[in-house]
Amino acid sequence: MLLSKNRFFSTTDLIGFGLLALLIFVVLPIGLDTFRLNLFGKYLTYAFVAIGLVLCWGAGGILSLGQGVFFGLGGYCMAMFLKLEASSPEATKIQSTPGIPDFMDWNQITEIPIWWQPFHSLTFSLIAVILVPVIFAFIIGVAMFRRRVGGVYFAIITQAIAAILTILIIGQQGYTGGVNGITDLRTLKGWDIRTDDAKVLLYFVNGGLLFACLFLAQLIRRSKLGRILIAMRNQEDRVRFSGYDVANFKIFVFCAGAAFAAIGGAMFTLQVGFMSPSFVGIVPSIEMVILCAVGGRLSIIGAVYGALLVNLAKTTFSELFPELWLLGLGGLFIAVVLIFPNGLAGLYSDYIEPRITAIFKRKFPESKDPGKFDPAKTAAEAAE
Amino acid sequence: MFADYTMGELGAIFAMQGFAGLILFSVFVLMALGLAIIFGQMGVINMAHGEFMILGAYVTYLTSNLFADYLPALFSMYFFLAMILAFFVAGGLGMLVEWALIRHLYKRPLDTLLATWGLSLILQQIYRSVFGAREVGVSIPDWMMGSLPLTDMIEVPINGIFVMVLAVGISLAVYIMMFRSSWGKQVRAVTQNRVMAGAVGINTARTDRLTFGIGCGVAGVAGSAFTMIGSTGPTAGQLYIVDTFLVVVFGGAASLLGTIASAFSISQAQSVMEFFLSGSMAKVLTLLTVVGILMLRPQGLFALKLRK
Repeated sequence: MLLSKNRFFSTTDLIGFGLLALLIFVVLPIGLDTFRLNLFGKYLTYAFVAIGLVLCWGAGGILSLGQGVFFGLGGYCMAMFLKLEASSPEATKIQSTPGIPDFMDWNQITEIPIWWQPFHSLTFSLIAVILVPVIFAFIIGVAMFRRRVGGVYFAIITQAIAAILTILIIGQQGYTGGVNGITDLRTLKGWDIRTDDAKVLLYFVNGGLLFACLFLAQLIRRSKLGRILIAMRNQEDRVRFSGYDVANFKIFVFCAGAAFAAIGGAMFTLQVGFMSPSFVGIVPSIEMVILCAVGGRLSIIGAVYGALLVNLAKTTFSELFPELWLLGLGGLFIAVVLIFPNGLAGLYSDYIEPRITAIFKRKFPESKDPGKFDPAKTAAEAAE
Repeated sequence: MFADYTMGELGAIFAMQGFAGLILFSVFVLMALGLAIIFGQMGVINMAHGEFMILGAYVTYLTSNLFADYLPALFSMYFFLAMILAFFVAGGLGMLVEWALIRHLYKRPLDTLLATWGLSLILQQIYRSVFGAREVGVSIPDWMMGSLPLTDMIEVPINGIFVMVLAVGISLAVYIMMFRSSWGKQVRAVTQNRVMAGAVGINTARTDRLTFGIGCGVAGVAGSAFTMIGSTGPTAGQLYIVDTFLVVVFGGAASLLGTIASAFSISQAQSVMEFFLSGSMAKVLTLLTVVGILMLRPQGLFALKLRK
């Protein structure tokens, strides 16, 4: 599985993982009150999506503008379970039909539709959180990659899918809660998710899952599979001519990205207490790409920092200077493409890491990353 | 679903919805033409295309206000000047953007997509700061109001006809520019083989800039025409960008005829279905069909035969 020449973690990776763990599990919980901690937990759910994008886009060269779809599907699967639990006949006895979710009652629906029924079971819901988005991603992936649709076309079609799903959710409000989404979620198997204790616990569960995903992503990147992905990004035809089935690798990595996004979505629902189409559509989906781009499209650790920083900036600026935020976000899109295409992680490895190495006067193990993205070089190769 | 209507009513419904579809078709064609030049010919993804359109709409709005204040006598004709202004303002901005942004990214199409998305956010915020967040509408000259009765059941609005005429006119103009002028030849040469085109003496950088500018200019005119049938808000452009890209991709990116054919089929399907289903379901079904067909036939309806 692992290349013998490459250790699973280079020293740099190890330090990166360690610092991130310190930040997430020690610094933030100690330094922040429960409200802020919950907010950071919410930011971290986007980090799941960003890690998935690092795999798809940074390593595989597949830009999906529809990650919000998978985030949303995961979140909705979770929300459906929580909503059913919150709509027990006792809790909803003022409705004209007790025992069904409130938005169904408002829309004159009198019984729970058949595809909602399985979500009474927590086990089924947890499986569905992963499986529904992955199956969806698999269908899209098979249809597109088998026909060698890639690059820009793939981006546009995934974006269209995000648009379609949003319109569908908003249009079918009797079954989905419409534009408000599924709100007023209360308990998970009798355990109230709205208390402060629950929020702290959920934050740590979220952090734990994030690290599980980080390890998985690292495993994929360090394995032979990861090498093939990078080779595919740079010279797809050569990989194909070497006898690899390029489409299968793309489908795999796209599904992996979808699964990560779905976990993020489910954790989002649990921590924030609702799910709505405003996390599914075109705009949130493309903002998820910018999280990954700011952090560095090649670095899974960078992606987590990107998700934290951009969301923090978004909350801060859109509260203080709502007008400046869109300008800033727009500028960020342009800057991250023109000035620092490798994001924060690129800035770190170009400017800070050499200094640190110089200070310690100790040679770090060679961490030559063949995945290093050099726009000029890639362009030159593409032009050949 | 047809059982509740008589044959005559059904005919009228289809005719009216068909005509509404024709207006939608004109709007799609106008929007997609600029994109067909930029995306289809140059291969550049311009996510800010909708914002260039809105720029044209705002230019029209400003011109109409100017005419109403200073030249009320000529008010009925202001639209033609507004259209020309919209073309040059949007085109000028387009050339500026090409110079500052796009030309660095020709080899990285996915990055262009992100950068132009950023540009679209910036433009939206500027529109919001300058013109306010509320939608603005222009006052249409008198001769464009009202509708023509064709039969006692079928009426067609005049502004709709005007937009249709405009769409046909601009399509012809773009066709002539692309396929009958030396500039069009240069554009196609640069697209097909940049190095070779440079070697035979075409100034590729200038051609790129001009092409991008004209594509944006056409978007500006589209926005200008758009004010005749709807109002304009800062985020209106974003609503249409997915539809527009789907129209261009569905038609086959490099084919002008394909763009028009796909705009026709998408708009007709949508507006006829809108009558029988809810608006959102009609849209979902149309888009799903388009995406489904694109998955089976990624090269679009009218594809140039290329060896990759």
